Amino acid sequence: MNSPVMKSPAEILKEIRPEFDFTASQDFIADGMLDSFDVVTLVAALDKTYGISILGTDIVPENFQNLQTIEALLRKNGVNL
Amino acid sequence: MNFTYRRKRIAGTFVVLPANERLFVEEMKNFNFPEARSLKLKEVMGYNKRRMVQPDVCVSDLAVFGMKQLFDRGLLKPEEVDALIVVTQTPDHLMPPTSNIIQGRLGLKQDTFCLDLNQACAGFVIGLMQAFMLLEQESVRKVVLVNADVLSRKASPKDRNIYPLIGDAASITVIERDVDDSVIHASLKMDGARHQALMIPAGGMRHPCTPETAVLEDVGDHNLRAKDHLYMDGSAIFNFVQVEIPPLIEGLLAHAGASLDSVDYVLCHQPNRFMLQKLADKMKVPYAKMPNNVVENFGNNSGATIPTSIALNLGGRVKENRCRVVLAGFGGGLTWSAMLMDLGKLAFCELIDYP
Repeated sequence: MNSPVMKSPAEILKEIRPEFDFTASQDFIADGMLDSFDVVTLVAALDKTYGISILGTDIVPENFQNLQTIEALLRKNGVNL
Repeated sequence: MNFTYRRKRIAGTFVVLPANERLFVEEMKNFNFPEARSLKLKEVMGYNKRRMVQPDVCVSDLAVFGMKQLFDRGLLKPEEVDALIVVTQTPDHLMPPTSNIIQGRLGLKQDTFCLDLNQACAGFVIGLMQAFMLLEQESVRKVVLVNADVLSRKASPKDRNIYPLIGDAASITVIERDVDDSVIHASLKMDGARHQALMIPAGGMRHPCTPETAVLEDVGDHNLRAKDHLYMDGSAIFNFVQVEIPPLIEGLLAHAGASLDSVDYVLCHQPNRFMLQKLADKMKVPYAKMPNNVVENFGNNSGATIPTSIALNLGGRVKENRCRVVLAGFGGGLTWSAMLMDLGKLAFCELIDYP
């Protein structure tokens, strides 16, 4: 499913909010780097990039706090990172 | 709670849409957000164009216009209206009921049961349930169900969470007894403990409108909103829909002894493209079976999205044939409702512009 040319979650985040350094935060939501609509945009981009459909019930702030939680969510959806 | 109705049918439906069309690409300049972010959101959420009333247009104006079309085209006689149900959260006045106002403006007979229901996005199914119950009475042969809201008048133009989504409309649906031995199943759930997730805080007796309630406040995420305006906790509503609707529909089908495969269409309320796609994915319903194009064409027009979807997507088919559908609405209250029924042959099914 994954391939070397695919964008990484960090690259996708950078496209959505280029003004932030997502490697420097452990809580994107609390630090004001992602609002609820950014999360929606991120989920749509992750779905499209990795050919998955993240469950609506998994679209909760805890899963989008930082790069580790996002990667864990992708693994749960069968993505090999 | 489960319900069963026998020998009832939808005779036809009109959806009245304000001719005034607004484009998201023009409106997004009002929001305090970079254009690139708004355009990404447009693609994901389905923001495109929507229909909005002029500031002086009320629910009764849209409903009277639509019902006059029914009368003028000979599809319904005024004297045949035994009951008039108006489902709205934006009544013309706090009192009297908007249904009475419509009755008076159309000169309907005094033997008309006029009833207002304060429901919105779940209101089409709830209105049908009420109509079916009225049709149990011998004196009631035809019920007109109006699902109408002018919520754009209660949305802050500076609130990106709400404003680009809202559309105005009125659906006019005629319900009658079915000569066939048809069976309709419905399920309904409500949770008032979560009522604050979707509400207009000021304007009722608990919190009357004052100059203070009209003041725009910074409510975060660069949005400005007053207490007079419609408020939605987007994350809570999204979660509510994803958690509650699949088991509601599963329970309905189990109650009816039917399967999803036996259903031609799942016609859900349409809040936005993303939410409905996620619901379809969760329920493993093919997108072709769950139409999702009302928001991009007309906006989320509250209790009228299901009849709008019927007219937009199935208008030709249900005038010629019957199809088996699940209807599902969800929204303020919180309220969620679903119905399994045969739809068609409808005598009329179309979208009409106001004025």
